[in-house]
Amino acid sequence: MFNMRIFRARKLLCRSFSNTLHSEPLRVCVVGSGPAGCYTAEKMLKAREQAQVDIIDRLPTPFGLVRSGVAPDHPETKIVVNQFSRVAQHERCSFFGNVTLGSSVSLSELRRLYHVVVLAYGAESDRNLGIPGENLKGVLSAREFVWWYNGHPDGQNLDPDLKSTDTAVILGQGNVALDVARILLRPTSELATTDIASHALATLEESSIRVVYLVGRRGPAQAACTAKELREVLGIKNLDISIQESDLILTPADEEELKSNRIHRRIFELLSKAATSRPRHAGLNQRRLHFVFFRKPDSFQESKDNTGHVSGVRFEKTVLESVGPGKQIAVGTGEFEDIKCGIVLKSIGYKSVPVDGLPFDHKKGIVPNDEGRVLSDTSDTAALEEGLYVCGWLKRGPTGIVATNLYCAEETVSSILEDLENGVLISSTAALKPGRNGLLKLMHDRNVRIVSFNDWEKIDSEERRLGSSRNKPREKLATWNELLTATAEGTEYST
Amino acid sequence: MLNLNSRLARVAISIAKHLSTRDYTSMCRAGYTPTAHLQPLFQQNSLTNLYKGSMFKKHNFLSTTTSNNTAEGGSEQNETISVTFVDKDGEEKLIKVPIGMSMLEAAHQNDIELEGACEGSLACSTCHVIVMDVEYYNKLEDPTDEENDMLDLAFGLCETSRLGCQVIATPELDGVRLALPAATRNFAVDGYVPKPH
Repeated sequence: MFNMRIFRARKLLCRSFSNTLHSEPLRVCVVGSGPAGCYTAEKMLKAREQAQVDIIDRLPTPFGLVRSGVAPDHPETKIVVNQFSRVAQHERCSFFGNVTLGSSVSLSELRRLYHVVVLAYGAESDRNLGIPGENLKGVLSAREFVWWYNGHPDGQNLDPDLKSTDTAVILGQGNVALDVARILLRPTSELATTDIASHALATLEESSIRVVYLVGRRGPAQAACTAKELREVLGIKNLDISIQESDLILTPADEEELKSNRIHRRIFELLSKAATSRPRHAGLNQRRLHFVFFRKPDSFQESKDNTGHVSGVRFEKTVLESVGPGKQIAVGTGEFEDIKCGIVLKSIGYKSVPVDGLPFDHKKGIVPNDEGRVLSDTSDTAALEEGLYVCGWLKRGPTGIVATNLYCAEETVSSILEDLENGVLISSTAALKPGRNGLLKLMHDRNVRIVSFNDWEKIDSEERRLGSSRNKPREKLATWNELLTATAEGTEYST
Repeated sequence: MLNLNSRLARVAISIAKHLSTRDYTSMCRAGYTPTAHLQPLFQQNSLTNLYKGSMFKKHNFLSTTTSNNTAEGGSEQNETISVTFVDKDGEEKLIKVPIGMSMLEAAHQNDIELEGACEGSLACSTCHVIVMDVEYYNKLEDPTDEENDMLDLAFGLCETSRLGCQVIATPELDGVRLALPAATRNFAVDGYVPKPH
């Protein structure tokens, strides 16, 4: 009895002094160190003076798609890693690489260790078309192709065959599709001074691809890319652009859409201008980029020698149908057309992967949530999953730019702070949690080799050192083995 | 019982320390401000007011303003302009920006929360600011294609939006008011139109 009284009194004391004393820190775990994870960590650190934030990532390298998604010839987009590095190096923040949610540590374990768990691990899978021939050799996902040229350790073995064909078809017209087209068509001398993975550069240098088709289901008024990327691809040296002027005819519904949408309006203007400018070169080995509209992929065709290789794509022509204000969808017309090619890159969207114990909306490919608060299911009567939050593509779907996550993180962190204030979320003073020390002990017991931020800096130095002798900003270490070995070494300076 | 007491004691001591430190510091600050520092500030303000006044009274005064100011002497004071930042909660902060500096850099130097993911390389839209008065907006040179490409993607874009890294302080911008966009304003979960990437 006596002990209980002391316990309760202590608890009361804790609560009443929590605002003036060094209270028990709020222990936060962010899963994923890309823009969503890093912006979330930054805002949590700023919002709570006592918060301790741990960022875990399954890779030994941080920064998510900024490192493995942004194209090698877009170095300015990667400058944001400076800001993210400062976050990871903050005294109340720790980066733990090579820690995988689902295998190194389970979601329920994390929720036991931390007051707040924010899942920001993005979308590492692909949407499927579900059409015949999708498994033929040479039908690749753009996501994997991007991993490949960006030296992601899981993209090493893609080994795309760029030597047995002169034509590539890219399905999709978003910025990822444009990135892929650009990497395939850009003079390799220009790529040689970027941080492109050297195995990819070598393959591209021997590539026989000269013609690329960028195919969209809808029209130029609906193209999903943005101006900077389109302008860039249209400006590639010695590249002929082919756009059918008949595709540029706008319907009243198109005009309505463009009126209120600055992005689409400027894209349409760029495409119109490109259609009317004459080809600059005609000759052997001439590189050409075709923008093809109103074509929906129907099936992939197999080469006649039956080697299981793709030889072309059958498309169904489409027309647009209004399904609501400002929204038109592509509808098949029953008329078909083939484009012959030796390689297809599907750039139709990424998809998130669920983990054990995580509610998931398989239709939308995201975690059901309310402004970042994870919900138990997709029904109207879903309950809040206490202490569990989501940010980035896992929350919103695979759209947006780096900066989109800035606002996404703000919303999620607002929700966390609100929940703490309202007592919806158990506070650090009401329940002590092991946090960082608990995770470290668990990882140690499981023999998981954590890669710290300092360790990443060793990888970083080594990559930059290797790059400097090849006139590249860095030479990416593209295998798990090389990455982990680099963390083990000291920063020896060898010539 | 003993535990409770010693804890209380520790708390009391730390609170006392905290309070005494604060008093000491604030006393130091209050007592230390040298009057000498006030004078240049006063002069600078009066010069700025002079400039502003002339701007409203005589339009043709503008063309000779720059040379006039330098003629007034004390080129030190003329090298900054006044810029007011208004954050998304409506709070205002008036800062001095040296001529030639970008608004992004000025914001960072004055701890104003303006993001700058690409650090001024025209590769993002996070330093987006809204020029609150059309008159000032019109004084700026038109944005380049590259800036417009980035503005396309800015959240809360409006007619007088610019990228903070592209707005450079010039004498004619003295007194400009820049609003930081309300970030989460158009961030609905339902009916959210995804931006392309």
